[in-house]
Amino acid sequence: MNHEFIEKNVVWLGVLIVVAISFGGLVEIVPLMFQSSVTQPAPGLPMRTALQVAGRDVYVHEGCYNCHSQMVRGLHEEVLRYGPRSTAGESVWDHPFQWGSKRTGPDLARVGGRYSDDWHITHLMNPRDVVPESNMPSYPWLAEQMLDGDEVRAEMVALKRVGVPFPDDEIEGAAAAVAGKTKMDALIAFLQSLKAPAAAQADATAPAAGGAS
Amino acid sequence: MSTFWSLFIIVISVGSMLGSLWLLFSNARGKMSTEDTGHVWDDDLRENNNPLPRWWLNLFVLTVIFAAIYLAFYPGLGNFAGTLGWTSNKQLAERLQVVEAKREALFSQFRDQDPGALSKNAAALSLGRDVFLNNCAGCHGADAKGAVGFPNLTDHDWLYGGTPETIVATITNGRNGMMPALGPSMDKATLDAVVQTVAHWNDPKLDPAIREKGMAQFNITCMACHGPTGTGNPILGAPNLTDNIWLYGGSTDRIRETLMKGRQGKMPPHQPLLSADEIKVVAAYVYSLSQN
Repeated sequence: MNHEFIEKNVVWLGVLIVVAISFGGLVEIVPLMFQSSVTQPAPGLPMRTALQVAGRDVYVHEGCYNCHSQMVRGLHEEVLRYGPRSTAGESVWDHPFQWGSKRTGPDLARVGGRYSDDWHITHLMNPRDVVPESNMPSYPWLAEQMLDGDEVRAEMVALKRVGVPFPDDEIEGAAAAVAGKTKMDALIAFLQSLKAPAAAQADATAPAAGGAS
Repeated sequence: MSTFWSLFIIVISVGSMLGSLWLLFSNARGKMSTEDTGHVWDDDLRENNNPLPRWWLNLFVLTVIFAAIYLAFYPGLGNFAGTLGWTSNKQLAERLQVVEAKREALFSQFRDQDPGALSKNAAALSLGRDVFLNNCAGCHGADAKGAVGFPNLTDHDWLYGGTPETIVATITNGRNGMMPALGPSMDKATLDAVVQTVAHWNDPKLDPAIREKGMAQFNITCMACHGPTGTGNPILGAPNLTDNIWLYGGSTDRIRETLMKGRQGKMPPHQPLLSADEIKVVAAYVYSLSQN
């Protein structure tokens, strides 16, 4: 083929570049959009409550994902430390997902139930009070800022529009469910909800964390 | 994966590999020539139109060969699983099995002993310390000395009892502290008296009138859990108020806060997170901390 033709016709050059680089995406991305393991919720995946939805929003706007991942990779070291590996089906109701890409702090995908609510309050107010070597920032203002019930409701409506099947009464009751709650309460409720779905917990190949050896 | 998407992936993948080869070989021909593209820079710099050097071209060919070999052995081409039968889940399970076998060898030597006996076994304590640092230090601290609201495990003072068996039960099932907010139901003078009495339990300088008023209220609202002498009740996890060890601080301000808001200290159950073997060695380690 005469490469002079491509090099001297910028439209053809552009078109052929797009064609060439589309192969990877066509093979790796497009088929996933039709895979039930990726598009369907994992068995036993619980629906978030209004308070947890609000907490997830706090998690996003405080930028927690910059230092914490929510993705236990399929490596034995991670499964031993954190718990069952994460699956795509766990994230189908997360818009956007919070897998993260950097771990300055630990992974949080299995943090629910590990610490008491009081611990989370102390830790968010000043992490050094419980973990002296921690370099995590303090978030004291979360305990003062109240949630806006209408905002939480609006967010649930928006999430429903992109495929999270919140029942209508959950959405209607959202404002009442978060009334009088602080952003701290919401964030902690969200963190405590981060657990492996029931089916993954029962999976024998995925023991819970311990990390003794 | 449906047959359609499997074929979709195979056709594009194989097609792009063949296409790459075609592109490489079709550009490999041609002779070295002095014919240039007509571009001239700086008076006499010219761009010639020669094929890629053969060694350079071969590197590209090698990438295609690598892809072909990889796809023959490993999953990648749609539903074709590769001849090795490798999957990430299988690899994970295999590696966990290796770790589990090592752990089994490690823990089985301690299985016939109770945590009390293990608290004198250096190997068990070292293992227990590892479990502690990975799972307990977040609340109780790496030195096990705790923090405000999180008990010190080294001070010989136990909310729920400090026998090895109790420690195992605490770790396994967790604990739920339940100090109700009793302050709001008291009038201010009574509350003040209770706060002063509790804060100065053994202090002879406390005004006897205040102590009398405080104890009168104490006997109504507090005695049921903390006992008539204030020494607490390990069955309920009610702390001893007389020993000057304070989980939430012993200043009058902190005691007032405890009375006004209540306290719900919670130790999460660790049974799903830790195996029985791990709980045993970590209980031995925790027990050993207060045995000096």
